Amino acid sequence: MTDFSIRKQARTYDVCIVGSGAGGGMAAYILSRQGIKVALLEAGPMFDPANPKQRTQLKWSYESPRRGAGTTRPFGDFDAAYGGWNIEGEPYTQNGKTEFNWFRSRMIGGRTNHWGRISLRFGPNDFKHKSLDGLGDDWPIGYDDVKPFYDRVDQLIGVFGTREGIFNEPDGYFLPPPKPRLHELFIQEGARKAGVKVIPGRLSMLTRRINNERQACFYCSQCNRTCQVYADFSSSSVLVKPAIATGHVDVYTGAMAREVLTGKNGLATGVSYINKDDMQEYQVNAKVVILAASSCESARLLLNSKSSVHPNGLANSSGVVGKYLHDSTGTGRGATLTKLFGRKRYNEDGVGGMHVYSPWWLDNKKLNFPRGYHIEYGGGMDMPGYGFGWGIEGVNGKYPGRDGKTKPGGGYGASLKDDYRYFYGAGFGMAGRGECIARADNYCEIDPSGVVDKYGIPVLRFNYSWSDHEIQQARHMHDTFEEIIHNMGGIPDGEKPGPESNYGLARPGEIIHEVGTVRMGDDPKRAPLNKYNQAFDCKNLFVVDGGPFVSQADKNPTWTILALSMRASEYVMDQLKRQNI
Amino acid sequence: MDRRSSLKALALGSLSSGVLLDACKQEEEKAPASPPSPIAQWDASSGRLPEEVDRDQKLEADQFFTSHEMVTLGLLADIIIPADSVSGSATDAKVPDFIEFIVKDQPRHKTPMRGGLNWLDNECRRRFDNAFSACTHAQQIEVVEDIAWPSKARPEMAQGVAFFSMMRNLTATGFFSSKIGIADIGYQGNTPNVWDGVPEDVLKQYGVSYDAKTLEECVKAEDHDKIFTFS
Repeated sequence: MTDFSIRKQARTYDVCIVGSGAGGGMAAYILSRQGIKVALLEAGPMFDPANPKQRTQLKWSYESPRRGAGTTRPFGDFDAAYGGWNIEGEPYTQNGKTEFNWFRSRMIGGRTNHWGRISLRFGPNDFKHKSLDGLGDDWPIGYDDVKPFYDRVDQLIGVFGTREGIFNEPDGYFLPPPKPRLHELFIQEGARKAGVKVIPGRLSMLTRRINNERQACFYCSQCNRTCQVYADFSSSSVLVKPAIATGHVDVYTGAMAREVLTGKNGLATGVSYINKDDMQEYQVNAKVVILAASSCESARLLLNSKSSVHPNGLANSSGVVGKYLHDSTGTGRGATLTKLFGRKRYNEDGVGGMHVYSPWWLDNKKLNFPRGYHIEYGGGMDMPGYGFGWGIEGVNGKYPGRDGKTKPGGGYGASLKDDYRYFYGAGFGMAGRGECIARADNYCEIDPSGVVDKYGIPVLRFNYSWSDHEIQQARHMHDTFEEIIHNMGGIPDGEKPGPESNYGLARPGEIIHEVGTVRMGDDPKRAPLNKYNQAFDCKNLFVVDGGPFVSQADKNPTWTILALSMRASEYVMDQLKRQNI
Repeated sequence: MDRRSSLKALALGSLSSGVLLDACKQEEEKAPASPPSPIAQWDASSGRLPEEVDRDQKLEADQFFTSHEMVTLGLLADIIIPADSVSGSATDAKVPDFIEFIVKDQPRHKTPMRGGLNWLDNECRRRFDNAFSACTHAQQIEVVEDIAWPSKARPEMAQGVAFFSMMRNLTATGFFSSKIGIADIGYQGNTPNVWDGVPEDVLKQYGVSYDAKTLEECVKAEDHDKIFTFS
């Protein structure tokens, strides 16, 4: 006879962490090294990129039957992230015209296994933007509070870059950057002519070894597949693996957290989860609960953790949980550099990302939108995979071939075959990633119509719209792209997007920088967390993913998630020692 | 052994010996009578999720195109990408097998591809009283010539043009992502190496160079495996 009662552990951990990405991995790393007993809950399986059965790095396009196409994994068959925009049995819903895209990765390390590794510090202005332009809110902390932790994250994990002395792009402890690729040299030239600053990229890949556990980068450009020699930053290999090695961490994989449990006094007592293997409910007891399930998943957990003490959901007496959801703005443009036609072949894979980029370089006081963006660059002689050669009629009908003659576009036979060779490696592109103003009316909530996932857990419904701030910013991005492209002698591909498509502005969520749903603040009426990522309503509950962000800056959020998680974890240790929690 | 290949050996040698031993042991134990299909190998070695493996195996077991259609796909693929002095043809690279898989994988391609093949046979029967595959090579090229150039094709050829463009896309992707095609295009990467900038002769060809600041601050190849000290 099957017993359907909840499986309760007799043991009580010091800390239960939900989620093993950047925030959860860092918390597990910091706490376990101090001897704190940790239960680490992860909804997906164990993952180690050095495991030959899980490795996709250095595989060839033809090893995948779909040649790497994104049919089951949105970023392609070789992408390391298990999950995607839609996960079978785990729906989310949209209110009205909302088109929010939610990328979830269920595995040890979460989305850090495939991310772009662009590792930027927030600057002094990024924490105090309301004081500068009156929009959004200031953080309860400033750059000086976070700087010591950024410094330590740099040295613990490794990031290349250069000291540039730009006020709002603070320098750190950098490894030397790789030399620019050919198209990046031309981009530098074109951008500088357009008045756009270009500096070496700041990416968390080891251009030099920093310890004996991780190798230096061997330049295969495949960081999105996760590195088998741990030369990139993935939470799985760089944080969770050493945390497990301390012997103080029990990892619960396939554990889909359902609710944070609280006692009569309102304090957290542990976490209830569904074990995916037997679909039974289990409970882990802990003195402290740290949520790092991702901004929206942590908000969902809190909203689903209702009790008589916390009738509005846990840590939600303010009613703010789920609100102020904001993703980076994003749009991009491709182009062709005709002088690269018929180029000499050599290996220019480089690191898995740009060797140079453009930090925000303008003053918003002189512009019709309030916040900045950075520009990421791509291009070069990539490994052909699914999609290669698509639409050749638009290329060989636009540019002359090797014989100097332009075809009517399309064709067949030996001459067409040679066109693919001739035009190969001449494309490049650029993408803007900008700051969206956090607003209370962009939010996620528990779907009011009662939709549940296959585990019976109520799902999120999204409410999101772009304002004119973001739309005007996207418009400016495209003007900048064309100026850079023209200045470097390139020809933009396709048409410049106009107002009918919000100037090509990506749908919210698509940039996968969503933050802000469990924000920190000084006023318990306006924020669920204090400045140490600690819930005002429940002092032994912390959130250390992107949720606590007050504003996202024109930077990728991961480096700040890591620094704040380190800071919060040391605060947890301190509070445990003082027996305050 | 030059610097690059010694680094390659280093990088590969750095996998923990336990992992390597494990991999060798598995090879010994298996030794199957017939080797597993490429899809089965892919599914077994790439961290596929159970639902991905199920899906791949169902797709592989299914057959969409008829043998007649497969013959036509092969003829068209080789008209689009024939063998030349550099490399083999589309069928040498098994492009029709790739197309068979991809239309099952992305079913939105099924009807346009089947419909396009039938459009082609209808057109050939109208002109030559034969299906495309039974026509002479000259007859096949006559029809292809009418549908291969979107900007100059006659309006009544629109369906053929749409089909041929799609067939060209799938053929090019299938060919150049194959082992033969990747060698043909001259892609040099996907292998451990040390990036030390654009080769000197290429910089010279394009009249560009690294400035002193860049050379000073960028990583030196000879430091690749030395442990960095932060300061």
